[in-house]
Amino acid sequence: MRLPFSTNADRFPVPVRPVRNWTGDYWYLIENLVLKDFKIRYRNMSLGMFWSLINPLVMMSVLWFVFTRIFPNANIPHYALFVLCGLVPFNVFTMCWLSGTISLIDNAHLIKRVPVPREAIPVAAVFANCLQLLAQVLLLLFLAAAAIGIHRSWFWLLAIWPLEVLFVTGLALMFSAFNVYVRDVRYVVESTNVVLFWLVPIVYDFRWIPAQYRIIYAYNPVAAMVMALRNILLDQTAPAGTLLAKAAISSVAMFLLGLAVFRRLRPRFYNFL
Amino acid sequence: MSSQPAVEFREVWKTFHRHTGQLLLRSHFKRLLTWKDSVERFHALRDVSFQVEHGESLAVMGKNGAGKSTLLSLVAGLVPPDRGDVLARGRVAALLELGSGFHPDLTGLENIRLNAALLGFSRKQTAARLEEIVDFAEISDFIREPLRTYSSGMIMRLAFSVAVNLDPDILLIDEVLTVGDAGFQAKCFDRILDFRRRGKTILCVSHAAGMAERFCGRALWLDHGELMLDGEIGEVGCAYQGYLNAGA
Repeated sequence: MRLPFSTNADRFPVPVRPVRNWTGDYWYLIENLVLKDFKIRYRNMSLGMFWSLINPLVMMSVLWFVFTRIFPNANIPHYALFVLCGLVPFNVFTMCWLSGTISLIDNAHLIKRVPVPREAIPVAAVFANCLQLLAQVLLLLFLAAAAIGIHRSWFWLLAIWPLEVLFVTGLALMFSAFNVYVRDVRYVVESTNVVLFWLVPIVYDFRWIPAQYRIIYAYNPVAAMVMALRNILLDQTAPAGTLLAKAAISSVAMFLLGLAVFRRLRPRFYNFL
Repeated sequence: MSSQPAVEFREVWKTFHRHTGQLLLRSHFKRLLTWKDSVERFHALRDVSFQVEHGESLAVMGKNGAGKSTLLSLVAGLVPPDRGDVLARGRVAALLELGSGFHPDLTGLENIRLNAALLGFSRKQTAARLEEIVDFAEISDFIREPLRTYSSGMIMRLAFSVAVNLDPDILLIDEVLTVGDAGFQAKCFDRILDFRRRGKTILCVSHAAGMAERFCGRALWLDHGELMLDGEIGEVGCAYQGYLNAGA
């Protein structure tokens, strides 16, 4: 079968060689790319980082209004905080995924002119978003500490956040490579994110889901993240071992798969950018 | 290191697709369904072989679309060849387009750091060269202003300053020295000559022989991706000029 992005290999029997290796200070490069994204985003805004906080607070208030005043539900205490536990990891996931996906196109001028290691571009886009969304995470932790209190189960936060970032980095690598070849990919990601908002237990509780539909959630990494976060912040218990194990395995697997796909597609980026 | 050439092309072929709306899902599906290879290809380079020794300066001549920029992109490692081998020994810095690694919303200083990092420098190495880069570009008053407030001459000076001060072994220049005032151009030529004296390698692209003749000893003439002539610059320049005159 002919791949949609077939190479010239069918014409020339010699395989396409990889781009020459780049040597240098990888972390300094990532740092500079992250700072670039971050500075460009906030330089022309008078409120700067505050926008990052206003967005989830507005969403939280609206959802709180709808689901406590219009559809009253008496059985979830701290409903606003409950919603925020869903919104913040959802925002991290969707924003990192989307900006990672479009990062190669956005930085086409760099890729076509400087022999920079291409993996650094989507990775830096994900990190830049994490840095930006750190404000939301801190807001969530602050509100949880104020409303419920700090507990030693909070140590688990140090495990689950890196796992989510690892997972979305793999996804960003994979989709950024696809997006070079087929520009529609970005809209697929955007639509998926809209669907995901309702398929992740953000406004509702996992326990309300009828048993026959739970399968949809068992393989949903964002849902796992939300449940783990609610365990820790609202119930003050450690997340289930099976959930953590599944999250760890799927995150590492996703990252490796993303990297492999990226490397496979990388040699011909230049021709399509 | 000196026993081997700085840049080596062995029977290099490079083709590009002509994109005719090919980046959309629709056209990928169409190709899958029709089983027809509708992609037009054109050869940017056909079976090009040459060597550049360390310390040599080479000019590449040819009309628009002759494959000159493709050749430099291959040396810079931006794109792999379809067939053949491209070898470049040493750190390559490219001045391929006016301030191409720069972002207009970042300040001059931030752009210098970003470019140094892109070329593989560490924080320490960057800091050590920062002052020299700013001094050479003569834009110290503007260095904390965003790049979009710069004139094109200032951006060019900064780009040139970054490229030559990051101490590459091989410098690629793609027709950028035409910008800037006479004083700065003279300074750039001085720096390039100094670069040559230190045994570094230069590859530059030029439409006309005039500028290149001042610092290149040798030239390649490319036409439609084929290497027409490789030799002493005066000789190649004459042949190319003769071809242009005959065509006109």
